[in-house]
Amino acid sequence: MKKTPFYEKHIEMGGRMVEFAGFYMPIQYKGVVKEVLSVRERVGIFDVSHMGEIKITGKDREKFVSYITINDPTTLKEFRVQYSAMCYKNGGIIDDLLVYKLLDYFLLVVNAANTEKDYKWIVENAKWDVGVENMSERIAQLAVQGPKAERFLKPLFDIDISSITYYESAMTKFGGTDMLTSRTGYTGEDGFELYFDTKHAFSAWDRLFKEIPDLEPCGLAARDILRLEARYCLYGNDINELTNPIEAGLSWITKLDKEDFIGKDAILRAKENITRRLAGFEMEKGIPRRGFEIYKNDNKVGTVTSGGYSPTLKKGIGLGYIDVPYHKSGETVDIRIKDRFEPATIIKGAFYIRGSYGGG
Amino acid sequence: MVEVREGLKYTENEEWVKIEGDIAVIGITDYAQEELSDIVALEPKKVGEVVKKGETVATVEAVKAASDVYAPLSGEIIEINENAVLSPELLNQSPYDEGWILKLRIENTDEISSLMDAQEYRKKHGQ
Repeated sequence: MKKTPFYEKHIEMGGRMVEFAGFYMPIQYKGVVKEVLSVRERVGIFDVSHMGEIKITGKDREKFVSYITINDPTTLKEFRVQYSAMCYKNGGIIDDLLVYKLLDYFLLVVNAANTEKDYKWIVENAKWDVGVENMSERIAQLAVQGPKAERFLKPLFDIDISSITYYESAMTKFGGTDMLTSRTGYTGEDGFELYFDTKHAFSAWDRLFKEIPDLEPCGLAARDILRLEARYCLYGNDINELTNPIEAGLSWITKLDKEDFIGKDAILRAKENITRRLAGFEMEKGIPRRGFEIYKNDNKVGTVTSGGYSPTLKKGIGLGYIDVPYHKSGETVDIRIKDRFEPATIIKGAFYIRGSYGGG
Repeated sequence: MVEVREGLKYTENEEWVKIEGDIAVIGITDYAQEELSDIVALEPKKVGEVVKKGETVATVEAVKAASDVYAPLSGEIIEINENAVLSPELLNQSPYDEGWILKLRIENTDEISSLMDAQEYRKKHGQ
């Protein structure tokens, strides 16, 4: 089992440690609701060093990244960031990821549980003039998220980070530490993600806690709820090797008119015959959980892939694959909770709209 | 460290029981509430229902997961803590007092001997 460079800090601060994707990670510190609301109202910090970072170098790096991902990195200006995914030839999703276009290389930030799989896949499919390097063990990553993140982080950097726009990054200095800083996150709130050498882990952590008043350490449980409220997919729950990007609602990142990429033909075919869709739903009564069945008129039409209680909206929310045409927003379905059925309403888009809760 | 209350009986599944004559007051332990964290709903069975030891008498919904509460003893449900149904956070804040879940009329007092006392329960948690 692996530890992130902040392991001792989590223990010191009372994090409840669990195994996640081969790492010891804090599931929570003081309480999930407190952590979620801190991010919605103020600012919280997440250790996301378990995430994988794969560096793609070489003359043909852009063409190659375009070949292995479904979004189009050739449209990116330098330092821009792009949400994307890698698919198998059959259209199944290998992983979802962030693509950073940096000066001399592309950085692919992938899910912790998939780092080895992704790295192997990329190496096996490498062609043209490219280099592939797994940097994961050397990079520490922190996410500082919340409406006050910018205000508190700003004085700690050499450049004005308020000039970094959404899904953009910059090479910065944080005290003496080089950091790749991007305005990204997985919470549906404003915030930044910081990438830096693991040897500066403790000094960076300590400085952030010293300089940011009431910075809330947040665990995986809060992160999972925040991303669900923002309706972001979680690999392993809502997307996996058996789901394609179209049914998962990821058409917006699937650039079927770009040149050849792995999975293109299969996705084009799948698009012609979509039988189910990932849908978001909310419940006035009851809390949906992963694995619960979804019914329409006494027939099973789907399964919940993510679910839980939203502390921000104060109701049960979930995602699940629902057979076409019952997936449409405004439709009502029934969620089977043990031996009873509770109604759920399918909604369009995110459950939580940024900035709509307190703070600001 | 989790609080263990003297004078209560405990189950392997982290319920506590307070015996008052032929009535058993039932709740979840301090350890259970801390493990579950942020309880947002309590759904007990109804007054008048008769349950066998080990059957589900309530479901506790936390933000992250749902957990069943099992009857530590057989009997008839005679009272529900409506305050805790309305304010489920009482299970977190006061698991042994205001956060009790329901009362049973004990059907068979012989079953009581199968429960742990505070000392045995403490051992389970290495105290």
